[in-house]
Formats: sequence, C-alpha cells, structure tokens
Amino acid sequence: MNSLQTPSQTVGPFFKPALIRSGNESLITSKSRGDRITIAGRILDGDAAGVSDAMIELWQANADGRYDHPDDLQEKLIDPEFHGFGRAATDELGGFRFYTIKPGSAAGAGNLLHAPHINLSIFARGLLKRLVTRIYFPGEQLNATDPVLNTVAPGRRSTLVARIANSDQPGALRFDIVLQGENETVFFDV
Amino acid sequence: MNSPNGYRRESSGGHPPYDHPAYASTHKRAPRNAPVRLEHTLSEITGPRFEMLAPGENDLTHFDGGEALGERIIVTGRVLDEDGRAIPHTVIEIWQANAAGRYAHAEDQHEAPLDPHFAGIGRVITDDHGAYRFKTVKPGAYPWRNHHNAWRPNHIHFSLFGPSFATRLITQMYFPGDPLLDLDPIFNSVPDPAARERLVAKFDIEVTIPEYALGYRFDFVLRGRESTPTTG
Repeated sequence: MNSLQTPSQTVGPFFKPALIRSGNESLITSKSRGDRITIAGRILDGDAAGVSDAMIELWQANADGRYDHPDDLQEKLIDPEFHGFGRAATDELGGFRFYTIKPGSAAGAGNLLHAPHINLSIFARGLLKRLVTRIYFPGEQLNATDPVLNTVAPGRRSTLVARIANSDQPGALRFDIVLQGENETVFFDV
Repeated sequence: MNSPNGYRRESSGGHPPYDHPAYASTHKRAPRNAPVRLEHTLSEITGPRFEMLAPGENDLTHFDGGEALGERIIVTGRVLDEDGRAIPHTVIEIWQANAAGRYAHAEDQHEAPLDPHFAGIGRVITDDHGAYRFKTVKPGAYPWRNHHNAWRPNHIHFSLFGPSFATRLITQMYFPGDPLLDLDPIFNSVPDPAARERLVAKFDIEVTIPEYALGYRFDFVLRGRESTPTTG
C-alpha cells in the first residue's frame, strides 16, 4: 500500500540545543586521507544581512570519491577515518566554517566522472523546507564537463564555485550563500 | 558501474513553497529563482550514518535530578517510505517547548516560566521494524511576532535523515483538535489540506498508559525509491 510523504516544516529559531554539537563542523581526524581544506562563508538574506539562525549540513565523498554508504557500489576504498557528514549553525553574523578534505570525483550518470563537490543542506527560520546547493572547487578541470554545472545557466555557475580566500593558503576556501536577490546562489530541486 | 535507482520527488501540493507571504520570515529568505532540477546520482542516493551523533534520549520527562511539569505523553509510531516499507535504524532528533510554551533557549524571550527539569531535547533510533517511541510532556502554545496576536499551536519538532541525502526531512507534529491550527501560517503553508492533516498526531487509547500518560501515534513517511526493474 502506498503512503504519502510527511510534509516539511521549518526548523524554526530554537533548534541549536537539540541539533548543534561543538565538533560537528569538523569532518576529519588526524588520520583522514586527503588534502585538508577549510570552507568559510556567510549566509545572506535578500537585504544582504547575515542569517544568524541557520543550520548547514555537509555531505561529501572521501578523498577517493567514495561515499561512506552501502549504495555507493564504486570499487574504491572506504576511509574509516572519514564519514563525510558535518553540521554547524551560523553565528550572529551569519558566518560558518567547516574543516574537511577535498573530495575525489565520484561516478555519475553514464559513467561520466562528476567534478569534485560537496552537497549542502540549509535549514533556517523562514525556510519551510531545506535548500540544497553544492560547493565546487576553483581551478578544477572537471568543472567544464560536469553534468550538473552544465545544467545551470552560465551566468549563475560561479555561485556554486568556492573562491580561494588567501593565495598563501590554497586550502582556505570561501563560499558565501545568498538566499535571495542579486547573485542569488543556485539551489537544486532534488 | 550501475547505481541503485534514485528517490521519488516531492509530492505535488504535499510540501510548502519557499515563498509563503503569510509567514513573514519567508519574505527575505525565499529564493526568487526556481530551483534547478537535479537528476539523482551517488550524491543524492547516499547519505550520512550516525557515528557522530550522541546516544539516544527517549525520556524527556526527567532532567537535572527532577521531574518536568506538565501533562505526560507517549509519542510512538513508525518511519516508513512511500511504499509502506519500514525504515529501520534511522535517527530522529526531537525538540520542543516546555508545558508553559517556553523553550530552554537563550533567544526565547516569551514571558512564561522555564522548567529546570525540562530540557526539551531527545533523540531516538528506529528499531528493526521502523518503530520509535519516547516520553515527554505536552508542549504549550506560545505567542510569536508574525502578525497581531499570533500563537503557534502545540507542536514538537522532528529531524529525520532516512537512508539518503534525498530523504532528509525536518518537520513538526501537531495535536488533534487544536483550535490554533486553522490560524497558523506555518501549518497552513502546506497547500494540500489532506497533506496538512498528515502533520497531526492521532490520540490512541491503546498507547495511553493507565493513570500515567496519554498516548499519541504519529508515523513519518519519507520518500520512496523510484520504481526499479526487479533486481532480486
């Protein structure tokens, strides 16, 4: 018998004690494989004001492009020191920071390699359901052929690519999320 | 490499839109561009497991050495997919206001008493049959500033993952017969009235514990898989 989906409702403003734990913004241990990166940014609303009561979740593959999940059938190694999930709340200025590794490429439709990316879910007061977006990496050759980036209007693709925040530290990336208005981030219907 | 099939899409009218004028907080936060449809690949059909989340807490009625005030209730049900299949071993995170309608949260400034013996936070894992159960007190209604004389109906917040990134859900459970439901812009953001009713728990005398606690039943239905060729 078929059942019908339970509707989404907003996370509201009071989720932090239940959902946020210090340390969950780091996806790595000292033994995780891969190149360390930090991703910092802000979530901005339609007035360019920081959204101080949002939650961001990351989901990503490991350094070899393997997701830690039984439905990933790629013949690639699991990293016992990397599970690929992170979560953080924004601060009073709408800022966030994650500590992770750059993911490898995972296979996509038609065995085409997808460009490395991190999947994001965003929840907040005023969002009746989650927003989904992706972080891609600057200077990545596979970006040019990535089937998802190529479904996005060319003028908006740059909203999905992190920037190098500091040229002395190639692992320090910046990714701002604009919920509404000029330079609005591309969000996905999954 | 062949991947397992993707998940079904949102049911039409079954979820709120981003822009819902009656809920003022959507005005500056709802994107203006329609989301870009994404075909499901490994990124969406895989999802987190829960090594990093703290152990469960299925009794919210005791905290810091004492018993919470309010009407004790049992909430139980199952987590299913759209084909009625149980989703075992998935985490459900829970949070709510106390019996007076106040959250144990620094930014809740409602003039109602805090309860030193109620934190309003729980976490349960579904069993082999997708079933869950926890004990709490019925949350109170509380005012908010969305519009003149706005009150949120009694509700409990839930966060669920299910088996994949695509099945992630955060929602709220309401109580039957609540006169505030008809007036609540968040509850009424769901366009289809039948879908809205799926957010309302059912009182169940069989779940009710004599001389102790009222019982409510509430099932969660997460997205099912796209129909697939039989793979055995």
